Amino acid sequence: MLAYIARRIVYVIPIVISVALVCFLLVHITPGDPLVAVLPADASQELAAQLRAAYGFDRPLPVQFGLWLLRALHGDLGNSIATGRPVLAEVMRAVGNTVTLAIAAAIIGFTMGILLGLIAGYFRETWIDKLATSFAIAGVSVPHYWLGMLLVIIFSVELNWLPAVGAGPGGSGAWAWDWAHLQYLVLPAITTSVIPMGIVTRTVRALTGDILSQDFVEALRAKGLRETGVFRHVIKNAAPTALAVMGLQLGYMLGGSILIETVFSWPGSGFLLNSAIFQRDLPLLQGTILVLALFFVFLNLLVDIAQAAIDPRIKRG
Amino acid sequence: MSELPLSATSDAALQAAPVTKARGYWATVGRRILRDKVSMACALVLILIFVSAILAPWLGLEDPYKGSMIRRLRHIGTTGYPLGTDELGRDMLARLIYGGRLSLVVGILPVILAFGIGTSLGLVAGYVGGKLNTAIMRTVDVFYAFPSVLLAIAISGALGAGILNSIVALTIVFVPQITRVAESVTTGVRNMDFVEAARASGAGPFTIMRVHILGNVLGAIFVYATSLISVSMILAAGLSFLGLGTKPPEPEWGLMLNTLRTAIYVNPWVAALPGAMIFAVSICFNLLSDGLRSAMDIRN
Repeated sequence: MLAYIARRIVYVIPIVISVALVCFLLVHITPGDPLVAVLPADASQELAAQLRAAYGFDRPLPVQFGLWLLRALHGDLGNSIATGRPVLAEVMRAVGNTVTLAIAAAIIGFTMGILLGLIAGYFRETWIDKLATSFAIAGVSVPHYWLGMLLVIIFSVELNWLPAVGAGPGGSGAWAWDWAHLQYLVLPAITTSVIPMGIVTRTVRALTGDILSQDFVEALRAKGLRETGVFRHVIKNAAPTALAVMGLQLGYMLGGSILIETVFSWPGSGFLLNSAIFQRDLPLLQGTILVLALFFVFLNLLVDIAQAAIDPRIKRG
Repeated sequence: MSELPLSATSDAALQAAPVTKARGYWATVGRRILRDKVSMACALVLILIFVSAILAPWLGLEDPYKGSMIRRLRHIGTTGYPLGTDELGRDMLARLIYGGRLSLVVGILPVILAFGIGTSLGLVAGYVGGKLNTAIMRTVDVFYAFPSVLLAIAISGALGAGILNSIVALTIVFVPQITRVAESVTTGVRNMDFVEAARASGAGPFTIMRVHILGNVLGAIFVYATSLISVSMILAAGLSFLGLGTKPPEPEWGLMLNTLRTAIYVNPWVAALPGAMIFAVSICFNLLSDGLRSAMDIRN
């Protein structure tokens, strides 16, 4: 097991470096001079050259990348152009809110998905299966930002039950686990949960159906095992794959929250990314994407290791 | 007496046999999907949306750009404006139908482009193997390290707003996914006997890829690509929704959803209409792709 973990970690290193390279190059595919956002419109040539040297933009690209990577390794992602504060601190504060949202959505989406998937897979080709499958397809096909708007229209505008936007009465800084704050989480969490719900339902349904059609299930039933016991075997066999899919979905929720956070003005990393894009705050843009992508890479690593831990067949491969 | 039904069935089987054999694989798939009610209903809805988007200027609709301050945000069912008017008093029905033109192009074109590029890359990587395979597939892995929404937004955010940039960003998102599928099916076919036979009879790598491999892998890659259209539609409209796609006053579903967001307290259900269009197209493509997949799985 330890050897497997070590091997997986070694595989991750080149990926991390390439991810950093992509994030670094993002700033350089932007049309125009990266200094435009910082320079006053009437800046003199000397000032421009001075700033260019200060930011290191006058050096060759590979050198710039090396220096940037070295600083990033020390936790220095530069300062936001808009606020002047360190990028890493800004990103980490926002990521906390996104994690809250993603975990709430995961609890809803994964529970629903596993239940619906098991039921649909067990009662295959019946109306229950069709209902659950339609629900799942609707979940993966719905533009989630639109679903968020619909929920706001129904529960905030028409019924006036839940708040439409924001993350609590005290703003983003003062989150607490009480109803006054939690009610702000309900609609964004439900909206975020529909895609993972749909995907987990489809995965678990397919797995359950496949496992139930295998010979060993027939043997279990023949030796007199009750259906609840058969079900335990189904869950055991479906767990590794289902877990991998759920891990990936959690990563997508963390990294892909920008649309939902924009709809609900949820002060997370997606919201930060949105303002970074529109203020042309390139260090912030670069830093947010880097942190989110690294989260995703490490989550994938964790999922691989967890999968190997519960499924002994993987380690041999 | 007892032999009669037996010979009758075998006669029938003999008569039926040449017919089923004569029909090719794709003809069988076509017949199967034509019999699938869900797929056909989805195809009908999609054709309706496509045709009305193409024929929009000849349908006798209101001008989708002409607003009026005195008829802003009319409700659904107002005479003369069956689907109401938007925040600038423009006819919603006209804007939804015209909106299909940009929305469908920006949603579908990236998948078509990625299908072409990804299939070529995957085919070459899978067939040639070795160092070239490593180079292509490791590059693909890097893009897999980003959640697709984040990658699309990062690229179009860096390139700046615009239709062309959205298409480029989405194509970059889908190329790695299609390449991976194409590579894996190609590796599966590469070592089969008929490929070996073609090589032994002197066929060059290009001929083998084009004649012997492409025909055997294209179906699987195509089905996978059709399943991406739904995601692409949602992402393309999402980019516009964020303000990264097309610019006002152009009718486009994602952008319409964005500008109408300010009106949800005044006229909520009109504000929700453009999203319903995105949803309809997305779910129809998803169901059609599922139908195609099961129609192509002849063994079942």
